[in-house]
Amino acid sequence: MIPAPFDYARPTTVAEVLQAVASGGEDVKILAGGQSLIPVMRLRLAAPETVVDLGGVAELRGVREEEDAIVIGAMTTHSDVLSDPLIAANAPLIAEATATVADRQVRHLGTFGGALAHADPAGDLPAVALALDAEFVLVGPGGRRTVAAGDFFVDYLTTALQEGELLVEVRIPTLAGRWGMHYEKFNRVAQAWSIVAVAAAVRTENGHIAEARIGLTNMGPTPLRAAAVEAALAGVDATDEAIASAAAHAAEGTSPSSDLNAQADYRRHLAQVLTRRAVRAAAGL
Amino acid sequence: MTVTEDRPGDLPERTLPEDTAPAKEVGRPRRRKEDARLITGRTTWTDNMVLPGMLHLAILRSPMAHARIRSIDTGAAREAPGVVAVFTGRDLADEQGGLFTVWTVTPDMVRPDHPSIAVDQVKHVGEAVAIIAARSRAAAQDALELVDVDYEPLPVVLDMEQALAEGAPLTHDHLRSNESFHFVFDSGQAGTGANVEETFANAEVVVSRRFVQQRLIPAFMEPRAVVVQPQGDTFTLWSSTQVPHIVRTVLALTTGIPEHKLRVIAPDVGGGFGGKLQVIPEEVLCLLVARRLGKPVKWNETRSESLMSGHHGRDQIQYIDVAADREGNLTGIRARLLNDMGAYLRLVSPGIPIFGAFMFGGAYKVPAYRFDCTGVFTNKTPTDAYRGAGRPEATFAVERIMDELAVELGMDPLELRRRNWIKTDEFPYTTSAGLEFDSGDYDTATDMALELVGYDELRAEQQRRREARDPVQLGIGFSTFTEMCGLAPSRVLGTLNYAGGGWESASIRMLPTGKVEVVTGTSPHGQGHETAWSQLAADRLGVPFEDVEVLHGDTAISARGLDTYGSRSLVVGGAAVVNAAEKVVAKARKVAAHLLEANEDDLEFSNGKFAVRGTPGSELSIQEIAFATFSSHNWPEGMESSIDADATFDPVNFSYPHGTHICAVEVDTETGGVTIRRYGSIDDVGVIVNPTIVEGQIHGGVAQGISQALYEEAVYDEAGNLTTGTFVDYLLPSAADLPAFLTGNTVHAAPGNPVGAKGVGEAGCIASTPAVVNAVLDALRPLGVSDIRMPMTPERVWRAIQEGGDGGDRATAGSNAYGGAQTETTAGVSTPESSLGGDR
Ligand SMILES: Cc1cc2nc3c(=O)[nH]c(=O)nc-3n(C[C@H](O)[C@H](O)[C@H](O)COP(=O)(O)OP(=O)(O)OC[C@H]3O[C@@H](n4cnc5c(N)ncnc54)[C@H](O)[C@@H]3O)c2cc1C
Repeated sequence: MIPAPFDYARPTTVAEVLQAVASGGEDVKILAGGQSLIPVMRLRLAAPETVVDLGGVAELRGVREEEDAIVIGAMTTHSDVLSDPLIAANAPLIAEATATVADRQVRHLGTFGGALAHADPAGDLPAVALALDAEFVLVGPGGRRTVAAGDFFVDYLTTALQEGELLVEVRIPTLAGRWGMHYEKFNRVAQAWSIVAVAAAVRTENGHIAEARIGLTNMGPTPLRAAAVEAALAGVDATDEAIASAAAHAAEGTSPSSDLNAQADYRRHLAQVLTRRAVRAAAGL
Repeated sequence: MTVTEDRPGDLPERTLPEDTAPAKEVGRPRRRKEDARLITGRTTWTDNMVLPGMLHLAILRSPMAHARIRSIDTGAAREAPGVVAVFTGRDLADEQGGLFTVWTVTPDMVRPDHPSIAVDQVKHVGEAVAIIAARSRAAAQDALELVDVDYEPLPVVLDMEQALAEGAPLTHDHLRSNESFHFVFDSGQAGTGANVEETFANAEVVVSRRFVQQRLIPAFMEPRAVVVQPQGDTFTLWSSTQVPHIVRTVLALTTGIPEHKLRVIAPDVGGGFGGKLQVIPEEVLCLLVARRLGKPVKWNETRSESLMSGHHGRDQIQYIDVAADREGNLTGIRARLLNDMGAYLRLVSPGIPIFGAFMFGGAYKVPAYRFDCTGVFTNKTPTDAYRGAGRPEATFAVERIMDELAVELGMDPLELRRRNWIKTDEFPYTTSAGLEFDSGDYDTATDMALELVGYDELRAEQQRRREARDPVQLGIGFSTFTEMCGLAPSRVLGTLNYAGGGWESASIRMLPTGKVEVVTGTSPHGQGHETAWSQLAADRLGVPFEDVEVLHGDTAISARGLDTYGSRSLVVGGAAVVNAAEKVVAKARKVAAHLLEANEDDLEFSNGKFAVRGTPGSELSIQEIAFATFSSHNWPEGMESSIDADATFDPVNFSYPHGTHICAVEVDTETGGVTIRRYGSIDDVGVIVNPTIVEGQIHGGVAQGISQALYEEAVYDEAGNLTTGTFVDYLLPSAADLPAFLTGNTVHAAPGNPVGAKGVGEAGCIASTPAVVNAVLDALRPLGVSDIRMPMTPERVWRAIQEGGDGGDRATAGSNAYGGAQTETTAGVSTPESSLGGDR
């Protein structure tokens, strides 16, 4: 289908973006890779007055290293993420999850920042960002601020981004110690969204699990941390039994939805199975 | 016999080097000559057509499943920028006529009127209620939102069994019930087999099951599109259709435009799967609007529009009973079906289950046979042909119930099949349903298939996994199928009350320079007719493959034809090409005799040359004769100046491809996820004209059949909205989800046509679905699972493992006896681990 008519701006700097958003009228939409926005516009579920395209803003694209973090520009595409050496070295979980996103065509256009700003509960990157304690750098008319991942995802398709604000980059704090990571995704066909998925990052010390961070995809309106599992894993020996018994807590505190692919109880069950598998793999079992 | 194995990541090089290539074209793995333009899209897709002054149509569709249209306000839309005209059903009521159903399956079949655009009432979501004609597609789309329709909701009926219940809401309030027809065939009554009631009353074993063929959507790659150009009182209509000839005749009858004033063109068409075996409302509406406005118009649909309003397929509830003795000899099969027609009967809707009516016995000798089918109206999109059309349903039922009977008898499922199928020396074999199966060798196909998939090794692995209580279990499923295709002997269609014939036509034109035009009445939409027909003609005429051009799909060029569906094109249309070529050769022989001053009987014809037997050096090629025809300077007395020929082929019988498909699946008992581990098939499709095309048809068909088993389903909510309205929810697999298929063939030439082909267009799709379902159940029977409704989603599989039986997904279970210990264990399964590895 064809979207309803809209005005279009293609600025080249962040400052110009803010300007274009501020002067774009009632309903302004930021366009990143368009892989989520364009479909809803074509179905006429969204009909913005102005679309501000970030495609020309070079400063938003790319990955760099800072002292205590790697920093991923919002407009870095999924396929850029997949081939980035810094991400591969420091946060392979991001690459592993990104590789499961959609298909090549979508990954060439869709962006890291767009996927997080869209905050689809079935999207794969929000739970990963949550598990890695990512920090979201936002710029708006009121200036620049940094929001922790736990505060960024507010509700279904809703983030801490205020009107007129822009996600410019995401900081992934550098991890100390021996970490293993794994993204375990369950879906029905290769290019489909997750029914449930689990992002696990596990720090092991001398055969026991020192620290575990577990992010859950599609187990509620926002990505969730499986806090009960994390607590149960802290300090245990990295054995199948210990991991299985900790993973049994995976559905605690979740509120999954029911849809054509899965009723809520099945999602809760999957969360436990997939958490067990993700933690085992991350712990190197 | 050939077996080819695919190597993933390493595309098999299938073209033989020129010097070792067989002299004959038939049998050569020619690359398809049409592919470059199809794959790059640089071709005449209907939506690529642009005509001067062309207007774009957009169609407003009903969001209500059943409602009375109180009023439609089109005022704002008429005023919108770029809009030229707006039409409602009332505006067109006097001239739109009614859409046709060409198959009256019973004398008392009920066929409600079906307007192309709703006038007073809408009967399903997606029905057209208003049309915008605008200068651009965007303007037309924008104006749709300005049309205001006032609907008065009417009660909705969606479930077939509820629709037949006393007091159910009526889909058509002027009718007495929601029943369209009730078709019965009984071998006792027909005198073609034993008495069914007695057989079942006296049977030692009866197994009964209820199976559900879910509703599917054809989901062709190219959405439908129509362009109409009016010129004076004549009209040219381009449509993305499988059936331009049928479209022309039916549109003439529907709209009153005289047939000779209407030219229909199916340019390159991007897939159909039966979904474009239709005369669509939009073709009628484009004609009417073009006639009203005197301007060319184009309509093309969005994918969501296509999923919602193009016809759907399958949607059948099957009650199947099988009777046998304790040794496993079948004595009878009884099928009672409900088939959802949707809100209206479309072109051949009621005939779809009837295509399967005589095939529920499959490849087996079944003394008593009964088929009973009720067509039911509901407030859903109409159903009609979808790849296989009636035969996948029949094959599924018989191949599934054979496994159930095997479990009941404690027999190996393959052993039970072998015991019952028709033996090679028994062909031709007349079944209790009255069909004459032409040929086959089920034993050889099965032996080859077992070897192809490494059957013994798979069974050993299955045993190991069971013993190890592996959370991932292995299952193996069979489908030893046969199907009926090559549609169709006209005489048989007549006895079944189908309005048309089943013949096909071809013309061969020998051009002055010796090049050849083959005009076919078939209408390819991805099958590769241009290549295969060129191979046929090249062999019969003895001209180079490259010198043949195949023309199709334009009623002004291919005047006679019955188009492409039902695996008929090569079997019937290819046969017509061969017959036409034979006629050309016969005429050329007369000319050659004249020019070589020899007796016709002394001429031999090979590799395109006529030579006088025993006189070396005196020869004349058919291409030289083509030029001699053009000049006609020296021409046989009394003969027309042409060696061109037309031919028609009308088969005397159907053809019966068969094969053995074996599927091995891995079932993750913790998540319910199913992965195809290995898939192998040996098919007998008769003589193979092009092995690459045959393999491609099997691959695509198998993928589609797997997809029915595991992925696809059109789902409606309680209000009658299609909830699987985009490809996010209507799930299709891609190459990433499917294994490398192992395929091979046995070749027994079909006796009923000069090509020797049996048809391959639907075989893969017909055979594969039950093989997959049988495999999943084979993996899970030790866990007490007796059935799982299609598509076997991970959730359904998981629930069946949790709850035992069929996972609670079946309204009424048939007899739930599985013999032995399983009968008791179905309810008592707790976790997968606890019950794995038990006795089987
Ligand atoms: C067929 C298909 C399958 C898919 N499958 C998956 C999948 O399996 N897993 C998965 O995770 N994703 C999947 N996606 C989504 C994909 O990851 C998208 O790329 C992503 O969700 C959105 O990224 P985008 O760059 O395309 O953003 P856009 O579509 O351009 O924007 C999305 C939303 O975010 C806002 N936005 C974008 N960038 C910013 C910014 N810098 N600041 C503020 N707001 C911003 C936009 O205004 C819009 O509301 C799929 C998409 C498609 C089309």
